Amino acid sequence: MAELNSDSGGSHKKGGKVKAKKQSTKVDMTPMVDLAFLLLTFFVLTSTFSKPKTMEITFPVPDDNPIEKDKNVMPVNGYTLLLTKDDRIFWYQGEFKDVPKNGLPATTLAELKFGEDLNKFLLDKNDKVEKEIKELKKRRLNKEINDSVYKSLAIKSKSDKLAPFFVLKADDKAVYRNLIDLIDEYNICNVGKYAVTDIMKSELELLTKATQQ
Amino acid sequence: MPKIKMPRHSPSLDMTPMVDLAFLLVTFFILTASFRSPEPIQVITPSSTSDKLMPENAVLITISPSGEVFYSVSGNEVRKKTLKRMASKYKINFTEKEVDEFGRMGSFGVSMQNLGKFINTEPQRRDKFPSKGIPMDSINNQLKDWIQYGWIEGMTKYKELKDEAESAGRAVKAEPLRFAIKADGNSNYIIVKEVIKCFTDLKIYRFNLLTNFEKGPND
Repeated sequence: MAELNSDSGGSHKKGGKVKAKKQSTKVDMTPMVDLAFLLLTFFVLTSTFSKPKTMEITFPVPDDNPIEKDKNVMPVNGYTLLLTKDDRIFWYQGEFKDVPKNGLPATTLAELKFGEDLNKFLLDKNDKVEKEIKELKKRRLNKEINDSVYKSLAIKSKSDKLAPFFVLKADDKAVYRNLIDLIDEYNICNVGKYAVTDIMKSELELLTKATQQ
Repeated sequence: MPKIKMPRHSPSLDMTPMVDLAFLLVTFFILTASFRSPEPIQVITPSSTSDKLMPENAVLITISPSGEVFYSVSGNEVRKKTLKRMASKYKINFTEKEVDEFGRMGSFGVSMQNLGKFINTEPQRRDKFPSKGIPMDSINNQLKDWIQYGWIEGMTKYKELKDEAESAGRAVKAEPLRFAIKADGNSNYIIVKEVIKCFTDLKIYRFNLLTNFEKGPND
């Protein structure tokens, strides 16, 4: 073995004792670090923390009786919003009437625009609930009530008998985004009572007429 | 004059803490990462102020802007069992390998008749596959069957997990199966309505509509 170590000539002089070369305990960590950072970058870039958000919605249980399907059971404080193409909304209040009935005129449609117009409309109709919710929020901020009490009181206020009821109907030309926008607007304006249902034939006729104007 | 000798520092520094940190982060990301299954279509969901999270365990219906309908259900095992049920109903045979591949697959939007071909397409090429959507007309409502079988299998799996956890005295981690609809903002409402009709026909009335989170004006 000593012959191989020809370069360490010094050891030959001292009685030919082979000294084991002292190796440094330090390992070159650069490749490992490279790899670690490569993996780190990969996982940072590919991982998605946020799960997609969703909006929960419950559809009304359809009426089994086909004769009663087209029957209108809207209360006076019920508003029907009709969605159609080009982001247009039309609305009417209460029961749908083809012809004047009980001294009340036949239903006519009024137009609403997305954005401030719709927001104002909903806040105006939902005034009472909105005020109550605001009051509740204030009380929660002042620590008068805790979160769970706030939630139950808010639900109670939203589902109040006198609170307005909104029905959402869309025709075949409407876009899905409009439906979401409208439901979202309901949520923003604290509307608790709303439903999405199918459009009636008579409503569709009126809506078609209104869009052509 | 004696010269002031500056202490000489070695240019190499101790990297141990940095490496420790790097590996800690790597481990963290590996453990938390959940890989998104590749989607055959790109869907831009409309935005809303709702901040509810997407349910873990769900039947997901994706609707493309042009109106094709895609289906997927969470859970490898559930997917396989759902496929087996569908195969026996439509009398189409799948090999064990194809069933396994289906278990790993994300959403798909082809009819039962074309499903074999779709499964045998390479995963990278699946987005090029001419997906025409799952048929859901009144004569051939495959979507409804998919939803129904996915529902049965998903709920069976949930009950299994629940019973297992309860008998072992652990807290139940599993969630019951939910139903989610991911539609593009520009897809026509009539398609969404038809999909919802498939659900309501099966007496499912509660859904999660996937949206993009957007901060509301009040908070």
